[in-house]
This record gives sequence, C-alpha cells and structure tokens, in this order.
Amino acid sequence: MLELKEITKIIGDKIILRNFSLALAPGESVAVIGPNGAGKSTFFKLAAGLMQPTSGEILLNGEQIKKKTHLLKKRIGYLGHESFLYSALTPLENLRFYGKLYKVKNIEEKGMELLKAVGLHYFKDIPIRSFSRGMIQRLAIARVLLTEPDFLLLDEPHTGLDQEAVSLLNLLIKERQEKGIAILLISHDFEQVIQVCERVLILNKGRVVEDKSIDHQRGLMPFKNWYEAAVSGK
Amino acid sequence: MKIILADALTIAAKDLRNELKSKQTSGMMIIFSSLVILIFSFAFDPTNNTVKAIIPGLIWVITIFSGLLGLNRSFISEQENDSLTGLKVAPIDPSSIFLGKVVANLVLVTIVQMLSIPILFLLFDYKFHGDLIWFLLIVLTATIGFIVIGTFLAALAANAKNSEMLLPVLLLPLLSPLMIGAVQATKIVLEQEGITDAISWLQLMAAYDLLFFAACFFLFEYLMEGS
Repeated sequence: MLELKEITKIIGDKIILRNFSLALAPGESVAVIGPNGAGKSTFFKLAAGLMQPTSGEILLNGEQIKKKTHLLKKRIGYLGHESFLYSALTPLENLRFYGKLYKVKNIEEKGMELLKAVGLHYFKDIPIRSFSRGMIQRLAIARVLLTEPDFLLLDEPHTGLDQEAVSLLNLLIKERQEKGIAILLISHDFEQVIQVCERVLILNKGRVVEDKSIDHQRGLMPFKNWYEAAVSGK
Repeated sequence: MKIILADALTIAAKDLRNELKSKQTSGMMIIFSSLVILIFSFAFDPTNNTVKAIIPGLIWVITIFSGLLGLNRSFISEQENDSLTGLKVAPIDPSSIFLGKVVANLVLVTIVQMLSIPILFLLFDYKFHGDLIWFLLIVLTATIGFIVIGTFLAALAANAKNSEMLLPVLLLPLLSPLMIGAVQATKIVLEQEGITDAISWLQLMAAYDLLFFAACFFLFEYLMEGS
C-alpha cells in the first residue's frame, strides 16, 4: 500500500500541492489528471522519492519513504517525462545497466523478454541515438518493467507512441495490474485513462477537486464534460 | 560499503562504455593535450637546458586543462534524457554516483597522461633518469586529488547556465595547494634531488586527497538532493 498523507509541497513562495492525500492498494489503477501546472508531476516526484514534502508523510507498506530507503525505492517503477536512457548505448546495454543498479536477477533473459514484449528485439544491438521518439518510449517502458516493481508510476506513458504501441502498453499495464501491481498514471489522453484505470483524481491548483471510480460504460464524452466542469469549478 | 562500491563500478563501467563508443571526450582531451605540447615545443627551444625546468609544470598544465574538458562532460552528459534522475530514483546510495564518476574520470585522465607525458618528454628531448616508481606515485596522488574535487565541482556546476566557464573558476583556486605540491614533488623526482623533500610534498598531497575525498563523499548526497 502506497499512502500519501496530508502532503503539502512549497517551492519558493509557491504552493504546488496542498494537503494532498491518496492511498493506492495493490492491483489498483488510479489516474491523476488535471490542467498543466496543477502539480501532477510534483506529486509523482514526491511519490518516487525525488523530492521531500514540505509537510505530510509518504508511506510505502507502512514505512516512510526517506532519502536512504533504497529497498523501498526498488519497489517503485518511475517512468518520467524523459526516458532516463543513454543514447550511445544499445537497448540491451541500457537494460543491463539499470538491471544491475536494481539488482535484477537473470538480467539478460529478462531484458530479451521485455525487448520482445515492446517490439524492439530486432534493434537490440543498435545504439538508441538513431531511435524514434516512440521507440525510445517503448524502451523506457521496458526499463521500468525490468525491475518488477510493486508500484508503477507512469507520467504520460502514451506520449509519442503509435496506435499499435498504445495497445501494447495498455496490455502490459493490464497484465501487471492482474499480477497485483498498483498503477498510478498521469495522462492528458482521456481515452487511455478510461481504458487503463479504475479510479480517477482531478488535481487543480495543487488540490484534489474530484476523486471517483471510472464508469467504463459511459464513454469518453461524458468523462470530458465531467472533467471540464470539475476544472472550471461549475 | 560493498554495495556502494559495486554500484560505483557499474556506473563507471557504463560511463567508460559510453565514452568508448562515442570517443567524444577522450578524443578532445588527447587532441587538446597534444596541441598544448606542440605549441610549447615551438614556443621554447627544447635544446636549451633551462627549458627542462618547465617540464614538471607542463605535465600539470596538460593534466589540469585537458582534464577540465572531461570533467565538464561527466555530469552534463547525464542531462541528456535526464539520466541523472534515473540514477536518483534507483535504489543506490548517491555517493556511489560520485565514486563511479571519480573512477571513470580517473581512468580517462590517466589514459591522456599515459599518452601525453611520453610525447612531452620526446618533443622536449628529455631523457628520464628519475625514480619511475616515485614519479608514478606523485602523478597518481595529485591526479586523484584533482579528479575528486573536480568531479564534485562538476556536479555542482552542471546545473548552472555556463557550467563550462563556472567549473574552472571554482576548481582552479581550490587546486592551488595540490598543484604547488605536485609541481614541486615532480621537479624533485625529475631532477633527482633528495627524495625526502618529495615525500613531504607527497604527504601534503595525500592529506589533501583524504580531506577532500571525505568532504565530497559525504556532501555529494546534499548536492544531488538540491539539483
């Protein structure tokens, strides 16, 4: 269970997050949506241990996430805006490097399996500097999945992916969710949010303004209307 | 500590593999040091015996200025694709990032020294008669000190707008005591003067290395947190 309790984050004189609370149970998939500058990425950085909250606490299975909690960090897979990959290295070398840092066993085998899963096994020996944005995103997804985390924090994972890759990513997320992995997703793509997640939070000006379960039967338009009403405060 | 060392070696191996493939930094460092030697060999008459007196200083001019090129790149290269954040979210101690970078930079600078010092001796028609073991020990001790403080300041400067300009401004004043010791000790060994004087300088450099290593090792975590 990942719990954020009464989190407030102030950077300079600006309040980025105000009394933000969230509990994420194993196997649950929650989307965090909201306008630009709402504090979504800051919330992810706090959950990944990249930042410390100004007040409040973040608990992972009851233990507080601090700077030194390496074992807890191992259980979180963080896919950020950037890929965190090295351009001069091949896909397999990148996965091998991160696998070693995360102390993954059978790196070669798992690396090859994941490259096949994301459709990059034919490119395993080519430096990624020649890859397209979508191919790099596929590899970044493989990097996050390699470490077999209990919690997946995905910050706009569908960016740059073609339709085939989007379906593939959604399938991979669903498979992980069925295995009990909790998913936290930031996205502006409401179609994917409806497909992947069961619950959605709307974050606006650092505050949670809505928190509800997604009704998959209702479709995209009612969801968009609900979002616009929540953000505009009507 | 074992885990920190293992993670540091993983990071160093990644940096060196990256460098082996791109040859961006090492190529620049070797070209730069060769040009410095060539220009100095034209500027001074190598047949004049008094010119030999500048060789100890030249060894360190080449090391520091070519090393600066490598140090500048060591953290800036991590900004591409925000890889430094990838390291920060990984379950590793931040000091292993520092140690890994120190090892990778040390290997690069040592390779440049192994190529440039013999070329320097050759172009200045200098025949080495000193004690090779003491000479290597002095070069290694001073280089370690330079790389330790240089790597720390490179991480500090990497977030600044003009990091290439900021690093030498921060680093060179801090290096002064180490470089005075390095030049003096190198001169003593090359001119085959009493080794006891060189040992005093070596002790000073070793103390500098230890002091700055401890400070940088423990402060690096705070540096990463702020970046």
